[in-house]
Amino acid sequence: MYSEKVMDHFSNPRNVGEIEDANAVGQVGNAKCGDIMKIYMKIEDNVIVDCKFKTFGCGAAIATSSMATEMVKGKTVEEALTLTNKAVMEALDGLPPAKVHCSVLAEEAITAAINDYLKRLGKEPLQKKSCDGCCGSCSAHHE
Amino acid sequence: MIYLDNSATAPLKKEVLDSMMPYLTGGYGNASSIYEIGRKSRAAIEEARKTIAERIGALPGEIYFTAGGSESDNWAIKGVMARSAKTHIISSAIEHHAVLHTLQFMEKKGYKVTYLPVDSDGKISLSDLENAITEETGLITIMTANNEIGTIEPIEKIGEIAKKHNVLFHTDAVQAIGLMDINVKEMNIDMLSMSAHKFGGPKGIGVLYVRRGINIENLIHGGAQERTKRAGTENVASIVGMAKAIELATEDINGKTAKMAELRDKTIASILEKIPYVRLNGHKTDRLAGNINMSFQYIEGEALLLSLDMAGIAASSGSACTSGSLDPSHVLLAIGLPHEIAHGSLRLSMSENTTEEEMEKTVSALCGIVDRLRQMSPLWEEVNK
Repeated sequence: MYSEKVMDHFSNPRNVGEIEDANAVGQVGNAKCGDIMKIYMKIEDNVIVDCKFKTFGCGAAIATSSMATEMVKGKTVEEALTLTNKAVMEALDGLPPAKVHCSVLAEEAITAAINDYLKRLGKEPLQKKSCDGCCGSCSAHHE
Repeated sequence: MIYLDNSATAPLKKEVLDSMMPYLTGGYGNASSIYEIGRKSRAAIEEARKTIAERIGALPGEIYFTAGGSESDNWAIKGVMARSAKTHIISSAIEHHAVLHTLQFMEKKGYKVTYLPVDSDGKISLSDLENAITEETGLITIMTANNEIGTIEPIEKIGEIAKKHNVLFHTDAVQAIGLMDINVKEMNIDMLSMSAHKFGGPKGIGVLYVRRGINIENLIHGGAQERTKRAGTENVASIVGMAKAIELATEDINGKTAKMAELRDKTIASILEKIPYVRLNGHKTDRLAGNINMSFQYIEGEALLLSLDMAGIAASSGSACTSGSLDPSHVLLAIGLPHEIAHGSLRLSMSENTTEEEMEKTVSALCGIVDRLRQMSPLWEEVNK
C-alpha cells in the first residue's frame, strides 16, 4: 500500500532528532488521534540551516516528517512556508487516501515551527489552517 | 517469514488440500444430481457434516454449511429474530464486526440491543447478563473467545443462564475452534458460528450449528440445499476440506494448547521483562493459547507492524491506522485503554507449529524496533525528561 519512497523514508528517516539550540520549534497533532509531529529548526539569516523532527505515528507520519524536513532544509523562511502537503505527497510518490492527513500534519508542523520563530522575533504568526491529526475534526480540504 | 497472524487466517494444511483435490479435479458433480458423480459429492458432504458434528458434540442435522463466519453470524441473528416475536437482543461490547454491525442493522430495523460492558480483562459479568434479560429478550449472542485480546468468555455459564430464562444463545466461536474443546450440548449452546480458514481449512466456507427445533428464517433463498435452509450449490471441495481441518485441529487439543499456552506465557514474560512501558491486554489465563496482545506505550502500532514486516515477521495491530477507521480497536477501548495506548497495540497469534526459536527471534526484533520508534517519538522524549 505504500510506495517505495515512503518505505525508504520510514525505514531510513532523514533528520530524526532534536536540535539543542533550535530557534524554531513546532508541534502538531495529539496522542489520542495517534499522530504527533515535532519539528526543530535552526534558522540563520532567514535561512533554515538545519531541521530535525520527532514523530509519534504510523509509517506515513514518519515518512512525511522525514520528507518535509528534507524539503525545507536550506530554504528561506518564505520558501518553506510555500511547502504544501501536496508537494510532500508527490515527493513520496503518493500516499494512500487514509494517510493524506499525515502530509497535512507535516505541512502544519513546518508552519508551526516557523510561527514559533516569528513569535520569538516579535512578529505576527501566520494564520493557516491547522490540523490536529483527527480527520473529521476540521473541514480543511485535503489536496 | 515468521507468521504470527494465525487469528487473521491460518495456512491451509497439506492433508486438507489433499482431501479437497478429488473434488476440485474429477469429482465435479453437483450434489443435487442423481448420477454417480453427483451422488459421490452428496456422500462426501454428508460425511463431512457428520465429522464436524461429532467434533462439537452436535448432530449432523444441526450443521449448516455457509460461506464463512460472517455469514453464520448474520444468519444466526437475523434468522432467529425474524421468526421470533421478541424484540430484544443481548450481546457484548467486544464482539467481532460481523456480529456488531449486524446488531446495528437490527437496531435500525427497530430491535433493541444491550451491549454488555466488559471488565479490564475483557470478560462480561454474568450478573450484568442476567439483569439485562427481559420478557422481550429473544437472543443472547456472545463470542466464545475474543479475536483481538484472546479473552475466553464464560460460555458454559452464559448457556445456563440463557436456558434458565428460555432465551436462545448464539456464540461466535470463529477464534475458538481448534483452540478450545467445545461441546454444544454440554455448554447449552443453541447456535454456533465457525470458519474453516481459522483452523487450517480453506477460505470461504463456514458452518452455523443450529440446535434441532430452533425456528430460523433463511438468509439465502433459492434452491433446496441444506435442507432448504441455505440455498446455493454446495462448495463440495471446501466442505470436505473443512471437515478434514476440524479433524486435525481437534486432535489432542488439550495437549496441543497446553504447549502453546506455555510458549505464549514465556513470550509474554520475556517481553514484559525486556521492554519498559508495556502492558498485556486481555485475561492472563483465560485466553486463547496462541494469543498475545500487548500495548507498547509512546509508539504507534502500524509503524511497529511495518518494522516487524521488514524483519520478516507478520503480525497485526488494533491501531486506528490499521483498522482503516479513525478510532483504535473497539475491543481495546472497551477494556478501558486510553486511545493513545490502544494505538500502540500489537497482536501476535501463534499456531501449534510456532517454535520457541521463532518467538525468541520475535522478542529480540521487538526490543530493537520498539527502542528505535521510541527514540523517534516526541512522547518518549517527555518521559525521559
